[in-house]
Amino acid sequence: MQTQTRAPVLEFDDVRLTYHTAAGETTAAEHLTFSVGAGEFIAVIGPSGCGKTTLLSLAAGLLAPSAGQVRMHGAPVRCGRGVGYMLQKDELFPWRTVEENIVLPLEIAGQNTPQQRKRALELAEKYGLGGFLKHGPDQLSGGMRQRAALIRTLAARPQLLLLDEPFSALDYQTRLSVCDDVYNIIRAENKTALLVTHDISEAISVADRVLVLTARPARVAAAHALGFGRAVPLERRKDARFARWFDVLWQELNGKAAP
Amino acid sequence: MKNKTDGAGVPAAACSPEHALYLKKRRREGLLVQIARFSLLVALFGAWELVAAVKLVDPFIISSPSRIAVQIAALAADGSLFYHIGVTLWETLAGFAIAVALGTGTALLLWWSERLRRVLEPYIVVLNSLPKIALGPVIIIWFGTGSAAIVFITVLIGVIIATMQMLGGFLATDKNKILLLRSMGANKRQILQKLVLPSALPQFVGMLKICVGMAWIGSIMGEYIVSKAGLGYLIVYGGQVFKLDLVMAATVILCALAAGMYALVALAERLLVRR
Repeated sequence: MQTQTRAPVLEFDDVRLTYHTAAGETTAAEHLTFSVGAGEFIAVIGPSGCGKTTLLSLAAGLLAPSAGQVRMHGAPVRCGRGVGYMLQKDELFPWRTVEENIVLPLEIAGQNTPQQRKRALELAEKYGLGGFLKHGPDQLSGGMRQRAALIRTLAARPQLLLLDEPFSALDYQTRLSVCDDVYNIIRAENKTALLVTHDISEAISVADRVLVLTARPARVAAAHALGFGRAVPLERRKDARFARWFDVLWQELNGKAAP
Repeated sequence: MKNKTDGAGVPAAACSPEHALYLKKRRREGLLVQIARFSLLVALFGAWELVAAVKLVDPFIISSPSRIAVQIAALAADGSLFYHIGVTLWETLAGFAIAVALGTGTALLLWWSERLRRVLEPYIVVLNSLPKIALGPVIIIWFGTGSAAIVFITVLIGVIIATMQMLGGFLATDKNKILLLRSMGANKRQILQKLVLPSALPQFVGMLKICVGMAWIGSIMGEYIVSKAGLGYLIVYGGQVFKLDLVMAATVILCALAAGMYALVALAERLLVRR
């Protein structure tokens, strides 16, 4: 599991992506270059419709770049290899129990061995889902569901987590605590994560670095190392630097959004 | 929030008087509906019997419940009742099963291949709008006048709607869940197996319900066109020789069978779609 290579976990190298439809073509990203180092938590923000989700699809290998390269540990990304994708809604399958949901990635990858299963369920146990394994997802609260979704994402031991606004479907109260929750689990498991969001404060509260994208075609307009260290989201929100970063990012977003 | 599950007749342990009253009201309302249902049936049959008995309308034309009962008893006595029921039931069930299997299979193929779906789309639309009964003469020539022809008509009537229902269900699969599975590296077969099929289960049961109705239409209509036996045959034959008792008796039995089959599907629904 321990990789000695210095190559970043994820690298976007001068990526262009063009969508083709009958109505025409749209360039969603151009000259998109950045990298994510091992153990880093990166947040990507940008004006709405700038192609944040496209970026995740590229990182997951679900879309192939029209030009340039997306690499994971130095090799071109391949779908289903090493990434865990977490969506806005938990997308737990209602006909499966929490346990069956959590081991789903193992089934897909053909790794549903007793050891792997045990490890995944230990993870669930560790993060307080032990009592709910035999329950249906409908019996869980919104926060617990999202936690189950995260454990499912971690089940196949991905090297990179891709988070697509994973809190935005929750109400504000739940959102703050789930944000803390997810942050703590990702840190505790020493995972590398790439989060896209439209919520500036969310980005500041979890990330080591924030990338600001331009309007379409997306390109990295700015990158900021926040310097909060391992402070948890709720602490960061109380920090004086939080408001300053908010101002900086807000202005960059709005300055770039309306040319 | 702490609603106990109703229906199971939860013993009134530790519930407030207010809740007890509510439960009592509910029970009473349920009972009332049951009584009303039954009374309506009795009233209808009673009125029918009465109209026939006082010769307000000639029972030769409208028959009557008592004459129907006599007719059914007579059919049962000479054994032909069960023969005719058996024939129709077999045709209906065979047609139903084949239509469901074929329809689901076709829908799977069409889900799998978008190209095939696009190629076949106009054919399906035309077949769906075509009154299948128009194919009657062709079917008689191809399949003869036995049960095979009737099963074929039944399949024909059910299969298109079954295909369209199931395809609709398969195509309505949550796009985000598909995305999730693809990000895990799932192939098409896995997406089908883990997601598309289980999520289309309610659609499948809905399709079964529709196909039950379609199968009865198919088998009875088929028997109208070609047959030597069956409930549809009895109805047509009774009509031709002006034996309204026979027509009505066969119709009543048909009602009972159709209701029974629907009840079975409803039971299957309760067993299948639990979560």
